[in-house]
Parts: sequence; C-alpha cells; structure tokens
Amino acid sequence: MERKVPRIEGRAVFDKIYFPVVSICASFLVGGAVFALLGFDPAAAFGGLLSGSLGSVGAWGETLNKAVPVALTGLSYAVAQRCGVVNLGAEGQVYIGALCGVLVGTELNLPGPLHILAVLAASFLGGAVFGAIPAMMKNRFGASELITTIMLNYVALYFVHYMIAGPIKDMDATSNYAQSKQMLETAQLPRLIPGTRLHAGLIVAIAALLFYQFFLFHTTRGYELRVIGLNRTAGECAGMNAKRNTLISMFLAGGFAGLGGACELMGVQLRILENCFNNFGFDGVAVALLGGNTSGGVALSSILFGALKSGATKMQMKSGVPTATIYMLQGFIILFVVGKKLFDYHKLQGRRKGGK
Amino acid sequence: MEELYNFLSSLIRMSTPLLIAGLGLVFSANAGIVNIGTEGFMLVGALMGCAGSYWTDSALCGALIAMIATMLFSSVFAFFVLNMQADQTVVGAAINIFASGLTITLNRLIFDTTAGVPVINTFVPVPVPVLSGIPILGALFNQSAVCYLAFLAVPVTWYIMKKTHVGLEVRSVGENPRASDTLGINVIRTRWWTILLSGLLSGLAGAYMSMGQMSFFVEGMISGKGFMALAVVVLGCYSAAGVLGASLIFGAGMALQYRLQAANTAIPYQIIAMLPYVITLVAVCVMIRKSRAPAATAMAYTKE
Repeated sequence: MERKVPRIEGRAVFDKIYFPVVSICASFLVGGAVFALLGFDPAAAFGGLLSGSLGSVGAWGETLNKAVPVALTGLSYAVAQRCGVVNLGAEGQVYIGALCGVLVGTELNLPGPLHILAVLAASFLGGAVFGAIPAMMKNRFGASELITTIMLNYVALYFVHYMIAGPIKDMDATSNYAQSKQMLETAQLPRLIPGTRLHAGLIVAIAALLFYQFFLFHTTRGYELRVIGLNRTAGECAGMNAKRNTLISMFLAGGFAGLGGACELMGVQLRILENCFNNFGFDGVAVALLGGNTSGGVALSSILFGALKSGATKMQMKSGVPTATIYMLQGFIILFVVGKKLFDYHKLQGRRKGGK
Repeated sequence: MEELYNFLSSLIRMSTPLLIAGLGLVFSANAGIVNIGTEGFMLVGALMGCAGSYWTDSALCGALIAMIATMLFSSVFAFFVLNMQADQTVVGAAINIFASGLTITLNRLIFDTTAGVPVINTFVPVPVPVLSGIPILGALFNQSAVCYLAFLAVPVTWYIMKKTHVGLEVRSVGENPRASDTLGINVIRTRWWTILLSGLLSGLAGAYMSMGQMSFFVEGMISGKGFMALAVVVLGCYSAAGVLGASLIFGAGMALQYRLQAANTAIPYQIIAMLPYVITLVAVCVMIRKSRAPAATAMAYTKE
C-alpha cells in the first residue's frame, strides 16, 4: 500500500524531536538550579518526582489518570489555536462541563454504560456551549478572547460554587463543606487494571485524540479551520466563513474541556468540591504548546505533565519541596519551548563559523 | 451620607491597582506588546511587597522591593518576547503559571504560615489637610499615598505619551517598527524599557492589593485583576485618560460588589462576586469598537 506521506527531510524530523527534548532538559536544569537556590535538594526532589510518577505500576496508573484531563484540555487549547483563537477558558469550560455531568450523573437513572455515555454527552455539550460564548463575543463585537475567556473562567467558577453550596448541595453529607452529591454507581468509570486506580477515562482521551487527528486532517471542515488559522484573509478570499469556523473551533474546544471535566468527575473526584478542577485549563495550555498542537505531541506531553502532577506529592514527602513548584517547572518548559531560538543549533553553528 | 462616603472610598481603593497597572500597560501596549503576564507580575509584586515590609518593618520599603523584584521578573518576559521573538501570549501564559508556583513556594518559605498570618506594616491613609474634611468628597482625600501617586501619574503619563519625543517613539514603534527602525529608533530597546516600566508599576499595583486593600498576601489573590488591567487599557483606547475612566468604572463595580455583600441582600454572595467579571465582559463587548490597537500589536520584530 502506498502511503501519501510527504517526504520530510531528515533535518526537519530531527528538529521536531530536538527542540522539545532540549527544552525539557533545560527546564529541569534551570528548575533544579532554582530549587537549589531556594534551599531544596534538587536530586532528592527529582528522585521523588520520578519514583512517585513512574516507580511502580500503581504510580503509572496514577500518572495516566492525571494525564487524561490535561490531554483533553490540551486538545481544547490546540483545536482553538489551529483556528487562530487563543482559548484561555478551558478552566471554566471544565467546570461547566463537570456541572452538567454531575446533574446527569446524580439525577438520572440509567443502566451502566449508557449512563456514562450520557454524562460524557452532557459534559461535552455544556463545555461546548460555554466555549462558544467567547467565540460569539469575538464574532459579534470583536472582543478579544484573551480577556473574555479569562473573565468567563471566574464566572463559571463562582457559578459552580453557588450551585454546590445551594441548589445541588449534598444535604445528606456528614461534613458541612459545599459539595455536590456523589455520582451514582452507574455513572462511575470502571478501573482498567486491577490494583491500580487507572480508570476508563483513558479510553475517552484516546478517542478524543484520534477524533482530533481525523477531524483536522481528513475532513473539509478541519481543513477550513486550519486555513483560517494560518491565514484568515486567504481563507476568506477562498470563500471560507471565518466567523463560522471560529465558532466551531471554540465549540469543539469547550467540548474537549468539558470531557476532561467529565473524566475527572467520573473517574477520580466522583463529586464536585470547591476548586477541585483548578489549574486543569492552564495545564492544558502547557500540554498543547509543548505538543505543538498535534495529537501525538499532546498525548506525549500530557503524560509528562501527568507524571509531574502525580510525582509532586511524593516529591513533597521525600524532599520537602512543595507541590506548587511543579508549576515553576511547567512555566520553564513553556518558556523554553517557545523560546527555542535559545537552542537554535543552525544559528549556533553559523555563529561558530563567523557568519550570520 | 455615611454609605456614600464609604462607597466612594472603596471605589478609589478598588480602582487604584487597575489604574497603576493600566498606566504601565499604556506604555508597553502602545509599543505593540500584549502582556497577559501582568497577572503574574502583580502576584509577584503582592508577595514581595509583604515580604519587604516583613523584613524592613516599612510599607514604603516593601513597595520599593516589590517594584524592583517585579521589574527583574518582567525582564524574563521581555527577554523571551523581544530577544527570542517568542509568541507574546504564550510567554505571558507561562509567566502566569510560573508566578503562581513561585509565589506559593516563596510564601511558605519566607513566612512561617503554620503560626498564623504575620502582622506587617501596611499602607496607611494619609489625610490631606482641609480637603479630607469635605463631606462625602473628603473620601477622595483620605487615602494612602499610593492612591494619590496613581492619580497624579495620569496627567504625567498623558503628557509623556502625547507631548514628548519619548512618547512619540513608543507609539511609532507600536505602529510601524520597520519605519521607526529606519529613522534610527532602537525598536528592541524601546520595547524593553516599556516592558520593564510596566513590570515596575504592576509590582506596585500588586503590593497595593496585598498591603492597601488587604493586610497580607493570600495565594492566588490577584484573581484576574491583571487581566482586568489589560481590559482597562483596551477599553481606555490606549490612553492615560481612558485608563483612568475605565479603572473608575471597574472600581465602581467592585465597590458595589462589596457593598452588596455587606448589605445582606437575598442574592447569594457567589453571584455578587461575579459582578466585576461580568462588568468586564459587558464592557469589552459594548465599548471595544471604539478602541483601535496599535498596528504592530503582538508582532515580534527582527532587524534585517
């Protein structure tokens, strides 16, 4: 079978691997230096991080569990970015998605697998509709999504806080914390491997990654979306509707984020607590950037960030380095990925030869 | 009367950080920089202000330390955006993620958080003689020195941007960097100092939030105010006077929010807490048409 893969020069393939790897190495080096500067032991910190994330089968399960929601929020940022929209609103879309999921998962009575599908559908739709709001504001008023998506995050967060403290509060709970009811048994994701906590959200994430790849590169709509993202004017001249594509990309972006909320809800949290989905959205931004907005890249970098998250707890236990430091590492990773000029060996070689 | 006085006083206090950060952003935004890292800058400023005050027992020294630390921090943003030509939004997002981790870590390292909240010197109101005695309007003249400085900085910024050669350079770099370069303006250097200046002022804005509005640092306390400062600049049409107007509107929204919470209305507090964010959303949608961003906004410049 002849595959229509365009020939890529060796150097381009090398670049694709070279830059992310060098960026990650540089982040850990600089991160380690900062740890040392703050008075921590970097070796112990990274040792704890490694054993906590990849040291055992259980740890692997935990890493993959943490990778699932950030892979989905990563896709959320990626699909919008492909259309030239910066979606900083996955945070809020996760919350609204989870809120819709919790309504279906606690109030409806459905048989097992069907119930899970219903929760996924509700979360997808909830997130998608909420994601479409900034797109409409952008199309209708020209409002920058940088500002609107962030503001909507806070609106979503406070709305969910309101819901779990009032209308959908678990009145039977022994604690007086604001929390929703627990998901019914039928709306909980099954464990994939006995002895680990790895849940079936992994399948949802893989399906979403495959859908993303298929949609962008094998459908007309996906093609249009990418054209608009690369060159809006050219796309419009070719008769494409930029506004409609913006709307669709943000609809999908919100949907992916909503699915991320659903997986975490059905697989890990089982109910909504205050702030229980915090930072998933921004983790997704980092995942998508490191993965270059490609499905394979998002998959790999979500595992890396999943490992950082799952290893953080053990790191804190073993070396006393607070879990919050992994956000410094994440920041470094993004900075070095977008600042890749720093490691541009073409230029470095040129400089050594004395040319430009 | 009492109600109105308190509302006015609260309005000024709420507007001040947006105004300070917004004025800094007027410089960098006019030079063509979209700096969503402002949120992170303010977070660093808020922490370092408290740390400085904790170390030196002086709110003024705290503010100075916050400004210097944040300016140094903003050089990371400037380096990646200007020298590495990295995407401004992405670097800004990275700065925010980094700052949230950094401030949480430093907060636990510097202060012994297990022993309760430390008591530090904060900004105290400095009543202006005579003027502070005026009924109601006296609220405007019974604020901390930082507030007065912020409002006095408005005409200064306006003058620099509109009437001086430096301001012209900043604006031309934002409109057409290539042409500015051919005229002998150093584009990268101009953008560098505007970012450092906005970092400096964001630091002060953050310090005012932790030491003027509150009395100590709280993790994640900026909660979107940096983005609001960005919105203030866009709504204020990139001018100092516009920033003043927009900050006052947003400040009024936040002051109203606190009044409503205190007034014990039937509305749940979570819904009231949405108010400033909803106001920002509405304002961005309704008023943005009038605002025009500099032509070279968010575009990296490379010298050929």
